[in-house]
Amino acid sequence: MSAETYLIIAAALLVFIVIFQISKASEYVSVLKGEEKSKQQNNRINAFLMLGFMIIGFIGVWYCNHKMYKSTLFFHGSASVEGEKIDEMFMLTTAVTGLVFIITQFLLFFFAWKYQAKEGKKAFYFPHNNKLEVIWTVVPAIFLAVLVVFGLRFWFRITSDAPENALKVEITGKQFGWIMRYPGKDKTFGKRNFKAISDDKGNSLGQLWEDNAELKLKADKANFDDVVTTQTMYVVKGRPVHLIIMSRDVIHDVGLSHFRMKMDAVPGIPTTLWFTPRYTTKEMKEITGNPDFVYEISCDQMCGNGHYSMKGIIEVVTQEEFDVWMAKQKPSYYVANPDKEPKAPAADTTKVPTATAAVIKGK
Amino acid sequence: MSETTHIHEHVTSVPHEAHHEVHHEHHHETFLTKYVFSQDHKTIAKQFLITGMFWAVLGGFFSVVFRLQLGFPDAKFPWLEDLLGEWARGGQLQPEAYYALVTMHGTVLVFFVLTAGLSGTFSNLLIPLQCGARDMASPFLNMLSYWFFFIASIVMLSSLFVQTGPFSGGWTAYPPLSALGQASPGSKVGMDLWLVSMALFVVSALLGGLNYIATVLNMRTKGMSMTRLPLTIWAFFFTAVLGVLSFPVLFSGFILLIFDRHFGTSFYLSDIYINGQALPNEGGSAILYQHLFWFLGHPEVYIILLPAMGMVSEILSVNSRKPIFGYMAMIGSLFAITILAFLVWAHHMFVTGLNPFLGAFFVLLTLLIAVPSAIKVFNWLTTIWRGNIRFTPAMMFAIGFVSLFISGGLTGIFLGNSALDIHLHDTYFVIAHFHIVMGVASMFGMFAGIYHWYPKMYGRYLNNTLGYVHFWITMVGAYLIFWPMHYTGLAGMPRRYYDYSIWESFKRFTDINQFISIVAIIVFLTQILFIFNFFYSIWKGRKVTTQNPWGANTLEWTTPINPGHGNWVGEIPEVHRWAYDYGKDGNEFISQTTPVGENESKDH
Repeated sequence: MSAETYLIIAAALLVFIVIFQISKASEYVSVLKGEEKSKQQNNRINAFLMLGFMIIGFIGVWYCNHKMYKSTLFFHGSASVEGEKIDEMFMLTTAVTGLVFIITQFLLFFFAWKYQAKEGKKAFYFPHNNKLEVIWTVVPAIFLAVLVVFGLRFWFRITSDAPENALKVEITGKQFGWIMRYPGKDKTFGKRNFKAISDDKGNSLGQLWEDNAELKLKADKANFDDVVTTQTMYVVKGRPVHLIIMSRDVIHDVGLSHFRMKMDAVPGIPTTLWFTPRYTTKEMKEITGNPDFVYEISCDQMCGNGHYSMKGIIEVVTQEEFDVWMAKQKPSYYVANPDKEPKAPAADTTKVPTATAAVIKGK
Repeated sequence: MSETTHIHEHVTSVPHEAHHEVHHEHHHETFLTKYVFSQDHKTIAKQFLITGMFWAVLGGFFSVVFRLQLGFPDAKFPWLEDLLGEWARGGQLQPEAYYALVTMHGTVLVFFVLTAGLSGTFSNLLIPLQCGARDMASPFLNMLSYWFFFIASIVMLSSLFVQTGPFSGGWTAYPPLSALGQASPGSKVGMDLWLVSMALFVVSALLGGLNYIATVLNMRTKGMSMTRLPLTIWAFFFTAVLGVLSFPVLFSGFILLIFDRHFGTSFYLSDIYINGQALPNEGGSAILYQHLFWFLGHPEVYIILLPAMGMVSEILSVNSRKPIFGYMAMIGSLFAITILAFLVWAHHMFVTGLNPFLGAFFVLLTLLIAVPSAIKVFNWLTTIWRGNIRFTPAMMFAIGFVSLFISGGLTGIFLGNSALDIHLHDTYFVIAHFHIVMGVASMFGMFAGIYHWYPKMYGRYLNNTLGYVHFWITMVGAYLIFWPMHYTGLAGMPRRYYDYSIWESFKRFTDINQFISIVAIIVFLTQILFIFNFFYSIWKGRKVTTQNPWGANTLEWTTPINPGHGNWVGEIPEVHRWAYDYGKDGNEFISQTTPVGENESKDH
């Protein structure tokens, strides 16, 4: 241990001893002064501190909001159309609970101060009052009913079926990264099976490319045009995105805080989620004033020691940009099996995108 | 009940003030039977408390270490390497250690401190004393309950020293992460020890719980009808009911997990490809575990909270010198919370792919809990209204509890609403919510209980001034630590991250993380001050000189200052009234043992 460490420990000990000695002394003093008297003094001091705590506390709440509101996502609004409803719900809930918070905390500390024990004062015998109790059963119930009704309306809207024109993307979590798949021209995802997964053969999702008698698996031709990428997902501004969420190993979670969305990735049980991006990544850089802004996919479900590094990116682009990008992608089947690729007539093969590398090594 | 008869025989010959020395010689108690394998509920309570305090210090220290990582991700702490070795190579906490500490912090605080240390301590201490019983229905099972907890503690502690480390997949232990050793080193033998420890803990909780229920229902003294019981006992009773009905479900979940881990079953496993290998398991559901877990997990938060509520109700009333307001409504709301606690577990699972329609019912039932909670808060406020408040340290912590319960309870209204949970789930907003409402609030309830009943436990007082210092630093610190976390949560900052530096969205919170860490360390050191006060006062504290130092109505204050095994010398007193006649007809307080006078007003 360094000298500095010892110094810190010594200082902490010293503070301890000082506090303890003062406390011990104060007990002797209270005996000398008469216990009643010192009790009264303690009572006055603490009652005053209760009031002080409340006032400083409210100022602190305001100050914290003042300092930190800008760094919450509400400041720039939701990046998805559906998320706006969530923000609205949030503000409504904040208004209701905020009011309750201020009233109840005020009453608590104000009463504590106001009704501190005083000599000769008698407490008011008040064991119950049915009218009051009915009021504070019914009023909260009404407020909560309102919150439930609004909440469920938004909830059902968010979790309803995705629109027909939605861009379908499959996202699969694994320790510790994300694999995206687009259905290709046939707009159908080919069947996959976890037993066919082989990172070595470039089949990170277990797409059924060929028959396998041993595993009793049949090839699915819909696979041949599926595009597989890793880490970065391209989606289109203004067009709903329909995510089909899977996991290869343990439970992960697709956390999309800017879009106010989140859904677990559970092995063996596909889940879904859809949202409509409002701004492209480029626009968002301007809105936030942060030139490094990116939409991040954070894994929000504890998935192992690399959990904190399980990051994906969503690039929101215009339809044109998306089409250009998509045109450059090569289906994973051909990436893994270059010999099977039909010879395209004089296609521009000089710019083979690198993003299609289907194999990523774990961190 | 041989003790009872022994004591009875003695009664006639000993003066009223005599205490345990009398039957001490009678029982031929040895050190071992008196302090170690004791069947006296009061000693068992102290055993639970001190073991709980050991775990609280350790669990708190875990949080200090991982808060150091969060607050100072780039700093090197050579002393950490001295302490943790490989876990802190070069003075830098490693991810596997970070996750192990986070997991152990959660497990230890939730189960060992706030379940065993809180309800174990005070149910044991107060149920016989406040019901008017000589001991628990089965003192032997009660002793076993502690020793199962003790063995569970040893097993959990041992998992810290295995080479692959303790379990590190979060206190909820979701499979497949917790089922597969390949998925994480902590899921190897560390997880087996975790499961064994938790299984032993469940046994302890069941033995304790059944005993509490039996005692409350069958062993009340003459005249102590259920509606004359202090609210503490009602709270412990409902706590025990919750535990007895929900812990077995957790146990079954663990059994299935053990089978999946070692016997090739697929209860929770399906479609898994890990470490370059497809596992043979098919057809299981990882979500099944979450249902089983949260069927305990949610009642568990009330197992933690209800005892604190009960003690706070009692302490607020005693120190306001006023009856608790709305006694029947308080029982009713405890009952409502108990029932609803079993019907809301899936609100932890809104984003697991749970059917949204099903989710809607859980939203409704979850927000419904706010109604009994609101009743309790308003009743507490009315209890102190126009009181004559004495600010003992216990009273301060009770008031602090109400403040924290309000703050943390209100954020539950956000999280219980699935439309908001979809944004806030698994962010720091959740951390802030449950630490305030369940963690710190229940801790405050526990502190209040310790300060209030310490004279009964040890015949001495805790140092008052240290109590006030303890309260104010902890109260201010708790808000400073957890309030800003709401905001980082609203920015989407996920929980259980070892390092945020690679995240464009979250790395700007370094400063606030640092601030939180510093406050957390100060608050932790303040708790050490309290622990010191606790042990110092056992031997050196100011002696209690009166039987009823707080002027309280309940039965524990009719026992001798240092009650022996059996609690009362002579007959157990008869009860004639409820526990809350404070300030009635101009009397400061009227003990439950005082017969109702002829001219007494009829109210209640």
